Amino acid sequence: MLEGILIGLSAAVTPFNLIMVVMGCVIGTLIGMLPGLGPMSIIAIMIPVAIGIGDPTAALILLSGVYYGAIFGGSTSSILLNAPGVAGTVATSFDGYPMARKGQAGKALTIAAIASFAGGTIGAILLMIFAPALSSVALLFHSAEYFALMVVGLSAIAAFAGTGQVAKALMMTLLGLMLGTVGEGALSNTPRFTFGMMELQSGFSFITLAMAMFALPEALFLVMNPARAANGSSDGSGKITNMRITKEEARTIAPVIGRQSLQGFFIGVLPGAGATIASFLGYAVERNIAKGAEQEEFGKGSIKGLAAPETANNAACTGSFVPLLTLGIPGSGTTAILLGALLALNVTPGPRLMTDTPEVFWAVIISMYLGNLVLLILNLPLIPYIAKILTIPRTFLIPFILFFTLMGSYLGQNNSTELLILVGFGVVATILRFADFPLAPLLIGFILGTMLENNFARAMQLYRGFDFILERPMTLGLLVLALILVVLPSYRGYRARKRAEGVADGD
Amino acid sequence: MALDRWIALAFIALCCIYGYAAFFTMDDQLPPILQRNPVWPSTFPKILTVLGLFIGLVVLFTSNPPTDGAPAKDGAIDLSRLGDYHVGQAVALLVLMVAYALTLRPLGFVGSTVAFLVLGAIILGERRFHILIPVTVIAAGSIWYLVQEVLGIFLRPWPFMFM
Repeated sequence: MLEGILIGLSAAVTPFNLIMVVMGCVIGTLIGMLPGLGPMSIIAIMIPVAIGIGDPTAALILLSGVYYGAIFGGSTSSILLNAPGVAGTVATSFDGYPMARKGQAGKALTIAAIASFAGGTIGAILLMIFAPALSSVALLFHSAEYFALMVVGLSAIAAFAGTGQVAKALMMTLLGLMLGTVGEGALSNTPRFTFGMMELQSGFSFITLAMAMFALPEALFLVMNPARAANGSSDGSGKITNMRITKEEARTIAPVIGRQSLQGFFIGVLPGAGATIASFLGYAVERNIAKGAEQEEFGKGSIKGLAAPETANNAACTGSFVPLLTLGIPGSGTTAILLGALLALNVTPGPRLMTDTPEVFWAVIISMYLGNLVLLILNLPLIPYIAKILTIPRTFLIPFILFFTLMGSYLGQNNSTELLILVGFGVVATILRFADFPLAPLLIGFILGTMLENNFARAMQLYRGFDFILERPMTLGLLVLALILVVLPSYRGYRARKRAEGVADGD
Repeated sequence: MALDRWIALAFIALCCIYGYAAFFTMDDQLPPILQRNPVWPSTFPKILTVLGLFIGLVVLFTSNPPTDGAPAKDGAIDLSRLGDYHVGQAVALLVLMVAYALTLRPLGFVGSTVAFLVLGAIILGERRFHILIPVTVIAAGSIWYLVQEVLGIFLRPWPFMFM
């Protein structure tokens, strides 16, 4: 491992890559602060830039910096405006905003920064321990197991989508898989589902799809409902003073940070759960184990209630890199976008990543430390100035967001038909958002579709048919697990509904 | 009928088209040598069709638990009050995006981008042209420079008759 760390250090600590870390963190913080733009949109917008860089290490460093920055920036707007820029920082606003109202905005931002830093750093250490172990296990996998593992990943993402959402999430996953089959397949070079259109020959571009699924609907929602962006922006101009925390307070939050780093990390590793679930769960756990007066304080400006979700969401961000880097299977929408970017840069994440391109693997982990450090030292003194970005009028902001989505998908293909596809998918995605369909499964399905089909085909060819399911016990086990993951929540939802109906009928 | 059921219905229709293409049109073009393979290009789409039809029917026929009791999410859009939102602005921006796609090549990057940003801001109610126009011109110019010179991706800056 020491050798790996040294490789990573030598790759990450080049002047260019250091600039990338700083740039990624700054851009992520700036954009993540804008309400309504989550890390997925930001990373989607940054992908053309990252691909333009050409070097996978630098690109991945930039994108992970953006990811951390976005989560960090989201907490700033949660605390100052009660307008979370990112779903993962909604729980931060529960106690962060009351603290800001009490005139402790500076202290709240400091606690958030320190908690994020600790969560991210401890997460990176855990990643360093667990990723190599997991990838040595993953090397034993054959294509049949990979196929089954991807099915498990996809169904876990659907299963974690929430009550009453499992079927909808599955539907979106299948839609993503179907969209992934458009174009020339890797199995044979016959074009599929192109309906004779030349533009579809190479399939849909994943950047276009990512923009259309996340950035465009968000921007349209901001247009349609200005309240989404503008709740309480009047107190955003308030002076931020007194950033210091006392020794007493540090002692109070230290155990919270310790617990939540571990819990957040392991939640982040699970596919489908991510920073959002980790932060809510972290908040709930800390509230439940707090005693007496401290528990009363939650929701009214408790420093524990602020530190818990902030630590957990950053640790979970790091945790979500584990399945991506070791198995090549993204557990969240954001890591799915990262996977797409890596594939575009000719790097295939998976168990072989550590042996084939160790510099990429270790440089990313090292850059996580650096990114967290940069966020801490760069953003703490700059917070009052960075918060000024929240005063940009939306009449300027929204056209620019739309323009960046258009540019992002245009640059990928240099083809203006792509822009029409973007608008078309964007409209569809907005309608799906109206009906509360989760969109991350669609994108994950789209990205995993090709790999899923390739592994499936390889297994089929090796075993001349579907026998691989029965002949390889691990494949069968994983597929059964996938089935349980999907069926169990649906069955429980059905039971709960039946019971509720029974009560309503009076029997 | 709730919107999610309409979407489920549209999804089932999509599965039918997809499935028709997979089951009835794709295998005819397959060369005989490939037909001896256990897995055809149409195998995976066929599986997806069956699963898709099943899930689509599940979403269509399971009633959603009523969410009256749950408080509306902050900033979420309530479909029953669609008229209260700025839907017109959103549609106008979408039309503007399509127009941008169609004019990007003939008008050139700088011209169409400035027009897009200015018109977009006007749609949203911006009237301070003395700030708006310089900002968009500087932004369009610097982004063109970044893309063309730094990233090395060709973007035609001026209308087609000039270069």
